[in-house]
Amino acid sequence: MDSSAGSARKSGILRRDILEFWYYFSENKAAVIGLVFLLGIIFMAIFAGFIAPHDPTIQYRDCLEQPPTWGAEKCNFLFGTDYAGRDMLSRIIYGTRLSLIAGGMVVILCLSIGIMFGVIAGYYRGWVDITIMRIMDTILSVPGLLMALVLVAILGPGLLNAMIAISITYLPYFVRLTRSSYIIENTKEYVIASKISGASKFRIMFITILPNCMAPLIVQATLSFSTAILDTAALGFLGMGAQPPTPEWGTLIAENRDLMLSAPWTVTFPGLAILLAVLAINLMGDGLRDAFDPKLKRS
Amino acid sequence: MFSFVIRRVALLIPIFFGVTLVSFGFIRMLPGDPVAALAGERDMTPERHAEMMARLGLDKPAWEQYFDYVWKLLHGDFGTSVLTNRPVLDEFLELFPATLELGMAAMLLAIIIGLPIGIFAAIKRGTIYDQGIMGLSLIGYSMPIFWWGLLLIILFGGIWGLTPISGRISYLFDVETVTGFLLIDTLLSGEEGAFASAVHHMILPTIVLGTIPLAIIARQTRSAMLEVLSEDYVRTARAKGLSPLRVYGLHALRNAMITVITVIGLQVGTLMAGAILTETIFSWPGIGKWIIFSVFSRDYYAVQGGLVLIAMIIMSVNLVVDLLYGLINPRIMHTNS
Repeated sequence: MDSSAGSARKSGILRRDILEFWYYFSENKAAVIGLVFLLGIIFMAIFAGFIAPHDPTIQYRDCLEQPPTWGAEKCNFLFGTDYAGRDMLSRIIYGTRLSLIAGGMVVILCLSIGIMFGVIAGYYRGWVDITIMRIMDTILSVPGLLMALVLVAILGPGLLNAMIAISITYLPYFVRLTRSSYIIENTKEYVIASKISGASKFRIMFITILPNCMAPLIVQATLSFSTAILDTAALGFLGMGAQPPTPEWGTLIAENRDLMLSAPWTVTFPGLAILLAVLAINLMGDGLRDAFDPKLKRS
Repeated sequence: MFSFVIRRVALLIPIFFGVTLVSFGFIRMLPGDPVAALAGERDMTPERHAEMMARLGLDKPAWEQYFDYVWKLLHGDFGTSVLTNRPVLDEFLELFPATLELGMAAMLLAIIIGLPIGIFAAIKRGTIYDQGIMGLSLIGYSMPIFWWGLLLIILFGGIWGLTPISGRISYLFDVETVTGFLLIDTLLSGEEGAFASAVHHMILPTIVLGTIPLAIIARQTRSAMLEVLSEDYVRTARAKGLSPLRVYGLHALRNAMITVITVIGLQVGTLMAGAILTETIFSWPGIGKWIIFSVFSRDYYAVQGGLVLIAMIIMSVNLVVDLLYGLINPRIMHTNS
């Protein structure tokens, strides 16, 4: 086949697929709102240095536990200040970075390792498959947060270790999903054709079959992105994730918890940030699922 | 049926060994000297160190240690807490009723509200009711429950002063433990106001722990109902002129329940993870708070034992759900996957 014509046709198909996908996705208004909101959060994370009105670590000693104020001359903090006089709004804005990085890292780790194990299990079957899947079953038999806690106890508290621990607890979902869609695809005619024409193991696994398993994986990745943000915050809240004074959202709630009755804004706003970010991603995830899955499209 | 049960139980054996391997490895992978970590002593003399090593069995080869460990587990020995010097199993069993009571209350709340609103959303599909219910349940599903708990404490406990904010019962009452379920024990004790106080203390934790299961149940009930509502037999039932109550309640709901029951059964893991956060926030003296406390006080035998026990509980519940599922839907029993 003429390679340039082939690639032109491929890109045409790709464009048509993307347009079709966007058509279904944009039908779901809530999903579009979620996407826009998420883009806003990403923008905020990247340009935190320009958007945040104050440095998140500076302690304004004259303005301790200042309630949210608007347009005051002295101590003008929109979301108030915490026990050390730091601007809550700036800390939350900087916190978006950490939460997005945590969510992103978890998804990248889970996708890369999960796909690898899933494809290997699906390709080799037999004892390789059984070993991998039983390991995954073991991880699933302990509640995710508890497993993550135990892993952080081994690795030591900290944001990076929390991300690794959370990734391990999500891995089984990715492995199972990859394996099951791999096995379904594996018996289809195009795979048999590719095998007969002498494609290598690697080519069959990752170039022929894998792209056709991606839709459910993307949906799972989106949903894991939001749960990873939740779990990172939960670990931070329990004191096992990011450590103070890092402005991670869960850590912010933990360090201001003693003030929750006297200065409720220090606890309310970080939690609201978590909720809104997670909600936006979940809205988008629902839209993605509907757009990818023709069977669910009508419901 | 018999072979189905055997097959499901057999599946648990490798997972059991997996979990024991993890919990066995947990203590050995901890940073630092395991003897120091487990004995909870500092500045040990070399003799004392060697003695502790022999007592903890750490001088034996790893496989022998593991074999010993599993052997003890199978005989009900889940280790001894370094902190309290009591068997981990005893501590666990003492605290478990509190977690179970809270978990059951949360599940009950989730089912009582989640099921009807899920059905209602499915029937009113596409309307503003449907969108409202689904929007709310997505918010519930996205909720950081530790923050949700604090928010409720701020509002109900702090600003409005309506509910207590921690513990299981007012300190004014000293209820004798009979079943471990405070709602039952307070009734048995006959103390005036004790039961009311226990209920009062349960309200906020129940709402917090029940929020995510409620959202999941509402969403899953709706989609299960939608699937069933498009089936031929539902159309037939409608065409026969049966009342909506009969069509939805009898024909559709019964079949949708298969999915819903599975979903409910699988919430046990979610509940346990939620219990860790909820119990920490409300100082609820259950397993979740105990595990967190053990992690922080480096009581690693307690963490290890708790890990295995919780995994075993979840495995058993999942087994029961699987078997129930097989019973409701016999098609499952005859497939080999």
